[in-house]
Amino acid sequence: MPPIISRGFGGRRRGDAPPGRVPPGQYVTRDFPVLSAGPTPRTPLERWDFSVTGEVDEPRRWTWEEFRALPAEEVTADIHCVTKWTKLDTVWRGVSVDTLLEGIGTAAGYVIQFSDGGYTTNLPLADVRGGKAWVVFGYGGGPLEPQHGGPARMLVPHLYFWKSAKWVRGLRLQAADEPGFWEVNGYHNYGDPWREQRYWGD
Amino acid sequence: MAGTTVLGRLTWQAATVAGVAAETPRVTTIAFDVPGWPGHQAGQHVDVRLTAADGYQAERSYSIASAPGGTRVELTVVHIDDGEVSPYLTGELRRGDQIELRGPVGGYFVWAPGDGGPLLLAAGGSGVAPLMAMVRLRAAAGSAVDTRLLVSSRSWEEIIYREELERLAGGRLTVVHTLTASAPPGWAGYARRVDAGMLAQVGPGPAERPRVYVCGPTPFVEAVAEALVGLGHQPQAIKTERFGPTGS
Repeated sequence: MPPIISRGFGGRRRGDAPPGRVPPGQYVTRDFPVLSAGPTPRTPLERWDFSVTGEVDEPRRWTWEEFRALPAEEVTADIHCVTKWTKLDTVWRGVSVDTLLEGIGTAAGYVIQFSDGGYTTNLPLADVRGGKAWVVFGYGGGPLEPQHGGPARMLVPHLYFWKSAKWVRGLRLQAADEPGFWEVNGYHNYGDPWREQRYWGD
Repeated sequence: MAGTTVLGRLTWQAATVAGVAAETPRVTTIAFDVPGWPGHQAGQHVDVRLTAADGYQAERSYSIASAPGGTRVELTVVHIDDGEVSPYLTGELRRGDQIELRGPVGGYFVWAPGDGGPLLLAAGGSGVAPLMAMVRLRAAAGSAVDTRLLVSSRSWEEIIYREELERLAGGRLTVVHTLTASAPPGWAGYARRVDAGMLAQVGPGPAERPRVYVCGPTPFVEAVAEALVGLGHQPQAIKTERFGPTGS
């Protein structure tokens, strides 16, 4: 079905989008909207840890201090929320997932991010390796605010932003894929914004 | 429909404006007829797509305010001055106009009478829309689930669905308003932002294990959810939906 022309609709924001930066159906915002399904968890840093578990030869675990002692880098990325906003040139600071997985032996093909509050999201392991994903603790030159996922969240900017778990506490590597929180609630299992994979069946 | 699986792709569907009604000076409800509508659950949302004559498109998501049933879908939209889509929806659409909808979407922030209760619903401003779908469904289904709806509005004039809520309230549905910016002379209700004391008075308390739904602007949802956890409500029982400000 060809799109229906909306009588009298001109569109005010067509100049906002730099070519090639905004996926289909998205619009550029300068705000940083918050989306989460429940209360913001508040885990004290002394009780915080990050673990790599599941089908690995040796599970790993870092305390907050150990995690913060890992080599960190600054990452500038465009982020795309399935609720249709895109925010350009966001600046984060965190640890590459490559660093966290270094030397770990695994035959797993999938990774489940798990978080305080019970949130999970799944993706192929290949999507968090090779400089494509980070566990970030800084945003915009300061600490990551709790409502945006602090003390630490995932950053997987090439997928819709629900694939970047807030309040992340670890990665579980699995041979089998396992749909996460939004993936069982109507949202696409992979979530590529450039192919507009928003919902089941897209 | 509730409980079924979406097998195919959600496709864009023609939606014809059946009615436009002002709720408050800045808020408008638009009713659409969507002939192929697959049905929705109370609390779900829908994507809206507008297309200009030259093919330029803009998409946004809106909560569905109408109860499930039939092919009617109502959206309650706040006019945002510098927005791209909301001024068109609230100011330009007339009966008979067509836009496109895709949905329903979202399987978490939803309630059906079979889920039971009690229910604690907290709304900030237009965050009342998906909660209204639940309240309307509850009434349409003849549900007797103990339901407390707390609505935070800036002023009496800005209370969305005020008259309908007055009609629906009673029995086991309690509707409580708080006015945060100005209250009319003689106002005896709450006149402050929602806080733990207010939530404790409105109830139900944590011992009754209510299902809790909170929807509104981010600062509202953050404050209410934190207060509820502080009162002893289980975080897992608190479902939230946040919006803006995104200039849409």
